[in-house]
Amino acid sequence: MTDRWPRGLPARLPVLWPAAMLLLFFVVPFGIMLAVSFFHQVEGGFYEPGFELANYARFLDPFFGRALLFSLWISVLAAVIVIAVAFPFTYCLTRLRRRAQIPFLVFVLAVLSLSEVIIGFAWSTLLSRTAGLSNLVAWAGLIPRAQAWTPSFGALLMGLCYLGFPYTVLILFPPLSRLDPEIPEASRTLGASPLRTFFLVIVPVLRAPLLGALIMVFVFNLGAYLLPQVLGRPQHWTLSVHISDQAVFQSNLPFAAAMAIFLMLFSLAFIGLTMVLGGRKEAAR
Amino acid sequence: MSGLRIDHVGKTFGMFEALKDIDLDFPDGRFICLLGPSGCGKTTLLRVIAGLETPTTGRILLDGVDITAVPAHRRGLGMVFQSLALFPHLSVGENIAYGLRIRGADLATRRRKAEELLALVHLPGVADRPISQLSGGQRQRVAIARALALDPKLFLLDEPLSALDAKLREAMQVELKLLQQRLGISTIVVTHDQREALTMADIVVVMDHARVQQVGPPLEIYRNPVNAFVADFIGTSNLLPGVAEGQDTLSIDGIQVAGARPHGLARGSKAAISIRPEEVVVHPAGEQGPNRLPAEVTFVRDLGASVEIMLACARRELLAVTSPRERPDVRVGDRVVLELPPAACVVLPS
Repeated sequence: MTDRWPRGLPARLPVLWPAAMLLLFFVVPFGIMLAVSFFHQVEGGFYEPGFELANYARFLDPFFGRALLFSLWISVLAAVIVIAVAFPFTYCLTRLRRRAQIPFLVFVLAVLSLSEVIIGFAWSTLLSRTAGLSNLVAWAGLIPRAQAWTPSFGALLMGLCYLGFPYTVLILFPPLSRLDPEIPEASRTLGASPLRTFFLVIVPVLRAPLLGALIMVFVFNLGAYLLPQVLGRPQHWTLSVHISDQAVFQSNLPFAAAMAIFLMLFSLAFIGLTMVLGGRKEAAR
Repeated sequence: MSGLRIDHVGKTFGMFEALKDIDLDFPDGRFICLLGPSGCGKTTLLRVIAGLETPTTGRILLDGVDITAVPAHRRGLGMVFQSLALFPHLSVGENIAYGLRIRGADLATRRRKAEELLALVHLPGVADRPISQLSGGQRQRVAIARALALDPKLFLLDEPLSALDAKLREAMQVELKLLQQRLGISTIVVTHDQREALTMADIVVVMDHARVQQVGPPLEIYRNPVNAFVADFIGTSNLLPGVAEGQDTLSIDGIQVAGARPHGLARGSKAAISIRPEEVVVHPAGEQGPNRLPAEVTFVRDLGASVEIMLACARRELLAVTSPRERPDVRVGDRVVLELPPAACVVLPS
């Protein structure tokens, strides 16, 4: 790196190109959305330019507040569950021989190729009363008769976890593969059982990638708008569903824009909080 | 019986045999070096002792107790890993006291023990530093201190000095040996560096191709290698092929050369003489006497502290090393006579 500012277009291109992309595809659309969120909604029509806080004022309605809180809650819960399942899974996977890892990775990638629509409707069938897994459970005699497990909170949570799992495995795979296998072994020779080694050494050593994966799955869940409609009841609709509902079916783009901005601010605050908490722990060591 | 017994241990990984019928007895309080080229099985043997690998056949006994099925975390052995494997998320003191924390020792005890061990490895006052701030040599010492924190019955080290530069490595070899003598702890070090083994070990175990080739004190192995591999691997050795003749003699290109001991080989069978470069005496051409072979000087390397003379003898490359004071007056291309003192000649079957 030189101290001097680069001169001439070719030298500045590495900065200008991404800056232009960011401007064109992020800053401009975001600016439009921000502007629209203050515009006036024309009843039964489109919107007209203006400046009013009416769209934001609608958040005072407890209905939308509840939707926001529910979105955050289910996103966090699904993210924590996914990490709790995917982290040990990936750790065990990376300890296998290379050749044994391949079928697992192929399977995970195959799941990744399924769209949210297919996953949503597949789970909705699997959890239904007529053709679902509960028939098997009833046949085994564990419950008296087959029952519908969807739509429900549990079904939605299940769907979100299923959707986030392959992404989490792929994000955690490289850092876990790089973990020096002698580090857990050193812990073993110092008297720690495999389980204690996992929690006292492996988890803290890999805290940064874990935190990164957690945030990614959280943001990912927050954006899910199809699964809540397929696997959840209306009270399980997340803010993303309400945004698309307002934008597409109610033709209320200003309110949808205001909700989108509100959701974004909240998730940014959430991510910031997670990183501050994670960073503080590091500083304390 | 006290000490470590490795009872006919074998280990296979799929089709690959890493250890073949290893049978060793180590008395208490010794410094043992497992020495061999890479892939010879020495690290696998150490890992089997540590409990990080399960032997396919055989048993490991510590003080007469069979510990083959005891998992690594219940063996109570201290181990220093090749990568050192220090915990990056813990400070120096926390690393050293990790084992005590697992045992449930209180903070004050952990703190005191960490300070004690840091003093022992000559690294006082760094307990609160993060591992990332230490140099390679300092990390080495922390890894040693951590392995010693639980007063282990056995102290195992896997190529512990391989990451250090040459000068520091030599200093650490001496320090490690002194530390072991002071603590009197049974120690097993894996190394591929024969100088390291000769510096530190009471007993050297030379391994090759998953088998033990020779066990004994370093000088014994140096002077009386049992086969060509050991002769070549420990120090530099000259090997001159010939044919067995009398009780203790060999014929090299029709010239009788006597060895130190009867070789017990059948007359006419192929054999070789192994002789250390410092034992070869270079005489001017025409010199007469027993155990002498004609040769030609091919290169002279004057290293200041020693002089190395490369020679062509019996269609083989041979090396003679002398001190500058005893340096014979020879130049490249000179015809000379080599004296191979019988006491320094070891006859090996080939």
